[in-house]
Amino acid sequence: MQFARKDILDMESLSVEEIRLILDTAESMKEISRRPIKKVPTLRGKTVILFFYEPSTRTRMSFDIAAKRLSADSLSISASTSSLVKGETLLDTARNLEAMHPDIVILRHSRAGAPHFLARHLKSSVINAGDGIHAHPTQALLDMMTVREKKGTLEGLKIAIVGDIAHSRVARSNCAGFTKMGSQVVVCGPPTMMPTGIESLGVSVAPDIDTAIEGADIIMMLRIQKERQKGFLMATEREYSRFFGLTPERLEKARPDVLIMHPGPMNRGVEIAPEVADGPYSIILDQVTNGVAVRMALLFLVAGGARHADVD
Amino acid sequence: MQTLIKGGRIIDPARGIDAAGDLLIDSGTIAGIEPGGSIEPDGDHCQFIDARGKWVCPGLVDMHVHFRQPGEEYKETIATGSRAAAAGGFTAVCTMPNTSPVNDCAEVTRFIIEQAEAAGLVRVYPAAAISRGLEGRQLCEFGELAAAGAVAVTDDGRPVSDPLLMRRALEYSSAFGLRVISHCEELELSAGGAMNEGALATAMGLPGIPCAAESIMVMRDISLARLTEVAVHIAHVSTAESVAAIRRAKEEGIPVTAETAPHYFSLTEKAVEGYDTHAKMNPPLRCEQDRLAVCEALADGTIDAIATDHAPHSELEKLVEFQLAANGVVGLETSLPLGLKLVAGGLLSPLQLIERMSAAPARILGLPSGLRKGMAADIVIIDPEVEFTVSAAGFRSKGRNTPFEGWSLRGRAVLTMVGGKTVYRDAGFGQ
Repeated sequence: MQFARKDILDMESLSVEEIRLILDTAESMKEISRRPIKKVPTLRGKTVILFFYEPSTRTRMSFDIAAKRLSADSLSISASTSSLVKGETLLDTARNLEAMHPDIVILRHSRAGAPHFLARHLKSSVINAGDGIHAHPTQALLDMMTVREKKGTLEGLKIAIVGDIAHSRVARSNCAGFTKMGSQVVVCGPPTMMPTGIESLGVSVAPDIDTAIEGADIIMMLRIQKERQKGFLMATEREYSRFFGLTPERLEKARPDVLIMHPGPMNRGVEIAPEVADGPYSIILDQVTNGVAVRMALLFLVAGGARHADVD
Repeated sequence: MQTLIKGGRIIDPARGIDAAGDLLIDSGTIAGIEPGGSIEPDGDHCQFIDARGKWVCPGLVDMHVHFRQPGEEYKETIATGSRAAAAGGFTAVCTMPNTSPVNDCAEVTRFIIEQAEAAGLVRVYPAAAISRGLEGRQLCEFGELAAAGAVAVTDDGRPVSDPLLMRRALEYSSAFGLRVISHCEELELSAGGAMNEGALATAMGLPGIPCAAESIMVMRDISLARLTEVAVHIAHVSTAESVAAIRRAKEEGIPVTAETAPHYFSLTEKAVEGYDTHAKMNPPLRCEQDRLAVCEALADGTIDAIATDHAPHSELEKLVEFQLAANGVVGLETSLPLGLKLVAGGLLSPLQLIERMSAAPARILGLPSGLRKGMAADIVIIDPEVEFTVSAAGFRSKGRNTPFEGWSLRGRAVLTMVGGKTVYRDAGFGQ
């Protein structure tokens, strides 16, 4: 199939076929990172701008490495080093970037919908690298790639997502993505961190973590932030970890072939016990490895790779 | 100089009249009105307006507009806002005090009135602030403000969070005949919110504003109106819960009145899909059940008035990330056509719609309204059949921020008259 999409904004807008193509392409990209010379000329002459309004280590590095392994020219700007500090609007900054003819703009932004806004106004492709609490589609795709790799399929799996669902773009994108591919998603967290109407995303809400992880093929733990005490969302980290953290004892009641995921960065000892994070069920670092492959696939596909493959 | 409006459908909610007839204007005042009959001019120089197929109504009154002057003249001025009002069929508006500087002293009130007089289009009645600088700490000089021409007090744009201040504002206002208008919003509950709380906000990843943020304060203000026995007017009602509270209060005889805006009876939160900042306002667009409750409340009189909350913004505030975009939509030039949709849908009679848009807001603010001999000729002629497409580019307002762009609507003002002087005439109408 051809990949005709200009932008990657959220999981809701991708079709099942497109998701499959992205995951298949990512799998074939993965091998490049294992070569002694980790570089192919596929995106030679393409310019990729990493536009990060919000701090990020993992996602930015991952995109940067992905672009470089495909021979694209990538450059990175952050809010603190851009004209934003001089009061320029997002749109003006983006229009100025566009005047330099980049092929792909990767945007991380603290506000929901910012990539959609840019995509409407720019001719370049826009890839959402996380917008507020809305979406993080490349994270969901790398999670789905990792699960598919380990389990052979996404259909019929039970995925438990535990933590601050309300403030998690990772949770939203994974809910949308996994359910679209036929998995059953169960979310769990303190009621203060459960957004209104989450069921409308096609997921169910478990009353407690033990119910959530019972029979789960995958347990995905979300980062809990200490700042959440401010909005009265939780009492203490101590209590949070007791009632909503993933401990070795809890894990004993899970399926023997359960796999543990975390989008990072982890708060060891809060949402996840260190021995669980480092234990045999953990595929947390596989997620990171696959992140590069998924992002290579996305850069390749939106740059018109599939369309121009015969020319290359 | 006389003007005879002939053969129109005369609708005057002040007297419950809805009948074909003629209306004669002499020297700016209504000199004769014959519902069901005809008038012959007695002077030599009479101008005729053929109103067959049109409605002849008292000028519409918008009790909630933001004209941005002084301070944000790039968004709107009293002159451009007045032009938009006249084009929308309004002959009187009440301007909110959240300008820069705030209308919290007689000088600013007088400035607004002077600007309106210089514009010479519609009657502009300023609402002044309840608290100095809208800061919720110190009561404004209501007596001075009333003497300067203010007709109401409100901290609109912000709530009066302190219940004691609200109590005192109600008590103190009654000494000077000022109506207290309440912007109901519990800030701790709405903090950070960008749209209605619910499944759509969850899916869009936008922080939500629960309905309770509005209704809690509606209930508080109803309790304070009961306590003080001074009427409170609830601005921009958007939720079913608020409607229920107001209905109950009215049944109990508590002095409370309420308004809603055309966007709350025309749209739901779905309008923000795609992060459309032109559908971002405060309170936010709600769900279908809220919209239906607002419609029902307009029909049964629980909500007294339709007011636009006309809130012009420029691209600077709207062509940005959704969460950073300013709240507010323009409304003056689409309010009547959207109201006429309620008539077309059978929810309101023409008489009821005109009442909600003229007599009711006038009564709440203590202003004259009606078509009686001897009254100033503040009149709108409405063509209920003309079809048009909303185009913000053609607005008289400087604001282009409408969620109704491209809508096909039927019916609008074709001639607006203030004190007998024509302040707006549709290019296609008469002469």
